[in-house]
Amino acid sequence: MKSKTSTPVHVVIIKPKTGWQLIDWKELKEYKDLIYFLILRDVKALYKQTVLGFSWAILKPFIKMIVFSIVFGGIAKIPSDDIPYPLFVYAGLVPWEYFSNSLTRSTSSLISGSGIFTKVYFPRLIMPIVPCMATLVDFTIALSIVFILMFYFGYAISITIFYLPILIIIMILTAAGLGMWLSALAIQYRDVPYGVQFLVQILMYAAPVIYPISWLPESYRIYLAIYPMYGIIEGSRAAILGQNAMPWDLIGIGAISAFIMFITGAYYFKRKERIFADVA
Amino acid sequence: MSDLIIKVENLSKRYRIGVKDETHDNLTGKIISWIISPFTNFRRVQKLSKFNNDDAQDIIWAMKNISFEVNNGEILGIIGKNGAGKSTLLKILSRIVEPTSGQATVYGRVASLLEIGTGFHGELSGRENIYLNGTILGMTKSEINKNFDDIVEFSEVGKFIDTPVKRYSSGMYVRLAFAVAAHLNPEVLIIDEVLAVGDAAFQKKCLGKMSETARSGRTVLFVSHNMHTIQNLCSRTILLEDGKIVLDGKTNEVVGHYLRQDTDKLIEGENNLKKWHGSRKSFGNLRLTAVRTLDKNGEICTIFNIYDPITIEVDIKNITDNGFVLSFMIHDPQANMVYHIRSQDSNIVTQHLNSKTTVRMTIPELKLVENTYSIDIWLGNYFDLLEDHVENAMTFNIINQGHSVAHLKSIIHETGQWEIV
Repeated sequence: MKSKTSTPVHVVIIKPKTGWQLIDWKELKEYKDLIYFLILRDVKALYKQTVLGFSWAILKPFIKMIVFSIVFGGIAKIPSDDIPYPLFVYAGLVPWEYFSNSLTRSTSSLISGSGIFTKVYFPRLIMPIVPCMATLVDFTIALSIVFILMFYFGYAISITIFYLPILIIIMILTAAGLGMWLSALAIQYRDVPYGVQFLVQILMYAAPVIYPISWLPESYRIYLAIYPMYGIIEGSRAAILGQNAMPWDLIGIGAISAFIMFITGAYYFKRKERIFADVA
Repeated sequence: MSDLIIKVENLSKRYRIGVKDETHDNLTGKIISWIISPFTNFRRVQKLSKFNNDDAQDIIWAMKNISFEVNNGEILGIIGKNGAGKSTLLKILSRIVEPTSGQATVYGRVASLLEIGTGFHGELSGRENIYLNGTILGMTKSEINKNFDDIVEFSEVGKFIDTPVKRYSSGMYVRLAFAVAAHLNPEVLIIDEVLAVGDAAFQKKCLGKMSETARSGRTVLFVSHNMHTIQNLCSRTILLEDGKIVLDGKTNEVVGHYLRQDTDKLIEGENNLKKWHGSRKSFGNLRLTAVRTLDKNGEICTIFNIYDPITIEVDIKNITDNGFVLSFMIHDPQANMVYHIRSQDSNIVTQHLNSKTTVRMTIPELKLVENTYSIDIWLGNYFDLLEDHVENAMTFNIINQGHSVAHLKSIIHETGQWEIV
């Protein structure tokens, strides 16, 4: 009892909340161990009992690269800024695969995790964020293959590779921001995960994954850049291959919009949070 | 500094229960309702989180204006029938659901155990799941590191600790899950009926661990349907009914009230066996027609204090009158037979009786611990051959009022005669 007077008492007030809520960053920090183990669970469980294990992280974009190279590069003859099409499309597929996997998994995070958050309290914001972190492992593995491809096609690693972390941060903010919006909607309206399947396909063609940005009129680019993956895909390609100039204007617009998505997503999620356990 | 640790003020929670859609039995109606179904579905899903005053018919109040206080170190039992609001109360205090109105203040860290093994992932090993489940329950990594060996030892899974838990037997799974939960160390622990896991031996171990936790000065809120456990662990108990507190006081009084009220409504201390639908084997020459349990004044009663006498009375329809043998088998909830009492072992004369006979058997001093017991009745003819066997014909409850002995681990209650020689 005596020790208690010296340590501050942790007081929790439970009452109905209305309107917008602040994000409790301090509380999120207290749960850092939980975040770590949830990420670890997602990473470890993903390829358990598969024969190929983490090779799938390479195979998924690699097989797509082969198919796209045949269909879009070979048959449809889509230009690729004088870069060999397989290398061109793979450099775009690596961030794209991250984004599409994170978004899909983040959207269903509350639905698949309802068995946990209806039984225990922890900041629910963790749920849509964790898949965006766990998918980074796949991203890193797939990224390493890009360098082998570059070697194969006779490309040297450019100094611009150091810009990549900036792009990765914007990419995480985008996936997590949209993930928070969509997971909060999905737990109540179970149509959302189905809709996201289509959304992801449309978004792939909206981003310059299979085509170069030079393929579209220049006046469109500024508007397309509001969709952050537009600048990120083109930016990663420039950073990795070092052939084109870094499209800082597109990345800048995308970064602002990613930041807005993340902040609004977090606040929307916090606002809806109180009903999750009731509608789950 | 006040000793108050939980303060609940006018807490209420409202839920929407689904109201059945109107159905159409003509084709046009069906087609129309199919076309507009997205709109009606949208309204229905949206209404899960929106409440208006005009649609009161599908709203229920799971909890209404509940207020109570809990002091530091208190072990509070919460009892009530299904749907009384027990789980809702625990979920609100665990911050899983938000109350509709009212407020609760908790001065301390809360850990809740509404189920065991929350977040267990079948593909991960026992070791990985200990860390995952532990952090989900609110422990930090270093706390788990410190307790890891104890957890493994308590769970008895030993060498399987690096095997994926999906390969575990269900017994190993719950043992591991409980072992993690048992090592939680919060200021307030909220537990919902999770002790009924594993085999009898492990259950006993869990109960032991729970009472150890409870007595270490921690505040515990405990929901259970097992009155024995409640009486063993809790000093104070709240009885909920239809989302309201109907009684708040000493455990023995509240449990006694609850059981009395429960049995009053259900079987009133007498069971008419003429139209018995439970498990029964009968041949027809002799037949049990009713069973009653009586207290020392000969009044029908189903709640007995420890050391009270109990009388079991049965009515027998006797067609051939060759005499009979009658035995009672009394079981505790774990299906241990605690009494087997046979008429053959007494000197009662069972021949030349009327066609309708009433037989009374009295146990002068019931030495069972607090629990609910069931009575099986076995009736045979004079040659000890089965005529009528009714399983679970009646239940009665033992409570502990006014006897200081408590927390016995045995089934039989015995103080013994002690002397120093």
